Amino acid sequence: MSENRPETKQKKEPLSDRRKFILNMARGVGLATMGGFIWSAYVDEVTASSLLLRPPGAINESDFLRTCIKCGLCVEACPYDTLMLSKPGDNKPLGTPYFVPRDIPCYMCPDIPCVPVCPTGALDVSSVTTDGKLDINVADMGLAVIDDESCIAFWGIQCDACYRACPILGKAITIEYAKNERTGKHAFMKPIVHSDACTGCGLCERACVTEKPAIFILPREVAMGKAGNYYIKGWDKSDEARLENASEIKTTTERSKKSAIDSLNDGLGDLY
Amino acid sequence: MAMLWNNYRYLIFRRVTQITLLLLYFGANAWGWTILMGNLSSSRFLDFIPMSDPYAALQMLAAGAVLATDLLIGVAVISIFYLLIGGRAFCSWVCPVNMITDAANYLRRKLEINRVQDKQPASRNIRYWILALSLVISFVMGLTAFEFISPISMVHRGVIFGLGFGWAAMLIIFLFDLFVLKNGWCGHICPLGGFYSLLGKFSLIRVHHLEEKCTLCMKCKAVCPEHQVLHMIGKESLPVISGECTNCARCIEVCDDDALEFSIRKLAQNNKTGE
Repeated sequence: MSENRPETKQKKEPLSDRRKFILNMARGVGLATMGGFIWSAYVDEVTASSLLLRPPGAINESDFLRTCIKCGLCVEACPYDTLMLSKPGDNKPLGTPYFVPRDIPCYMCPDIPCVPVCPTGALDVSSVTTDGKLDINVADMGLAVIDDESCIAFWGIQCDACYRACPILGKAITIEYAKNERTGKHAFMKPIVHSDACTGCGLCERACVTEKPAIFILPREVAMGKAGNYYIKGWDKSDEARLENASEIKTTTERSKKSAIDSLNDGLGDLY
Repeated sequence: MAMLWNNYRYLIFRRVTQITLLLLYFGANAWGWTILMGNLSSSRFLDFIPMSDPYAALQMLAAGAVLATDLLIGVAVISIFYLLIGGRAFCSWVCPVNMITDAANYLRRKLEINRVQDKQPASRNIRYWILALSLVISFVMGLTAFEFISPISMVHRGVIFGLGFGWAAMLIIFLFDLFVLKNGWCGHICPLGGFYSLLGKFSLIRVHHLEEKCTLCMKCKAVCPEHQVLHMIGKESLPVISGECTNCARCIEVCDDDALEFSIRKLAQNNKTGE
């Protein structure tokens, strides 16, 4: 095809420096774009794991991923070998610290050795400090969630393993008594988790007697809902404080010009 | 014994340094030693002096992270250290991947793979492109782009904290260097090496070539992982000024004519002007 073309001879001449430069630059930019997209896609995949429990004091996940330098100083500081760095094959953001409470929970050391050693601030000392002192009880590693279908206490069998294991006994987990109508003479002793006190340490998950734990820790943002500003506990003055910053939202819906009968018959067309 | 000293002394020093460092890091996690804690990304020396990877910090900066004081001090410590002794001294004296790629390169020479593949299909400047790209991706995605794929960290963390499938990364690099590209990872791709090449451009410790002693045997070029830095061999008495030189000193010990030696940069230049 190209033999007929007059340019053929010119093409065999050495490329001009200018052309070489432009071609090389285009090649570089093209390869960089290609590599960049593959690289980004891969990094996006490997960092997309939300069901992961971080050490105490961890800042929110997206900031954590950019701030954690993956040095493992927190892992080395942990006296119980609770913390691990994710390895290739763990399918978690590579090299970042996490823990699996069913294996080894966080024992909530009062001196929190894992947090102050963090060189980058990915574990934030101020988030586990009250009145200038380290306070592990304000940590928010996760939240215990109970599956009341598999929790034997909800069946009526007496078990308070999680309640007894809880390091914030009587605050993070309380026992609610209810009459067992089935037997007529026994009580249910149901464990209830309170999100304001629970640190997500996982001692309850570790202690749970069922084959697969009926109480388990999830990251707080996964485990918790949010009521939003539409619903307020009118009987609770402190809850009303949430409304102070709420802004008014005004929506106007245009009045329908159709007659009421038409509106009733609308949409029936599908049936016939 | 004299042969061992003459031909392998720096290689032995390097292996001892590399393995000692790995052992100290490993001991910190396994037995609670406090000499070197953490890993190559960030560590503490004697439980006091912070040391941090400046390239990782650069990615964090691009990703929009707030850099903590400890980290900045650590970055300063490491930057000044390698600024003085040669940036890529990290590559040949500290980095654990060096042992893998050196093994691949050794096997490559022994199997004479270089003779069936004499043309190197890639430029050594790729690493600078990857370096720039890693910062762009870090910026766009708000993540430390290279740190999530770095085989260096994978291997180093693997030794200290458990390997997982990290052995696959080691094998990939080994096979790549053996069969695809000579000095492929360390000499072409690794952006950390690229970063240290730039950092070490003005370092004080340099290999110096004495042209009048050279017999043009070219053993130095055969053994050098960055042979382009030895362009002056047999032509001119010059110090190796390229930051890409890893100060591994293999050229010095394979030279039978004492035509290569370490010297301090300033002196090296004075010698040159004096001649």
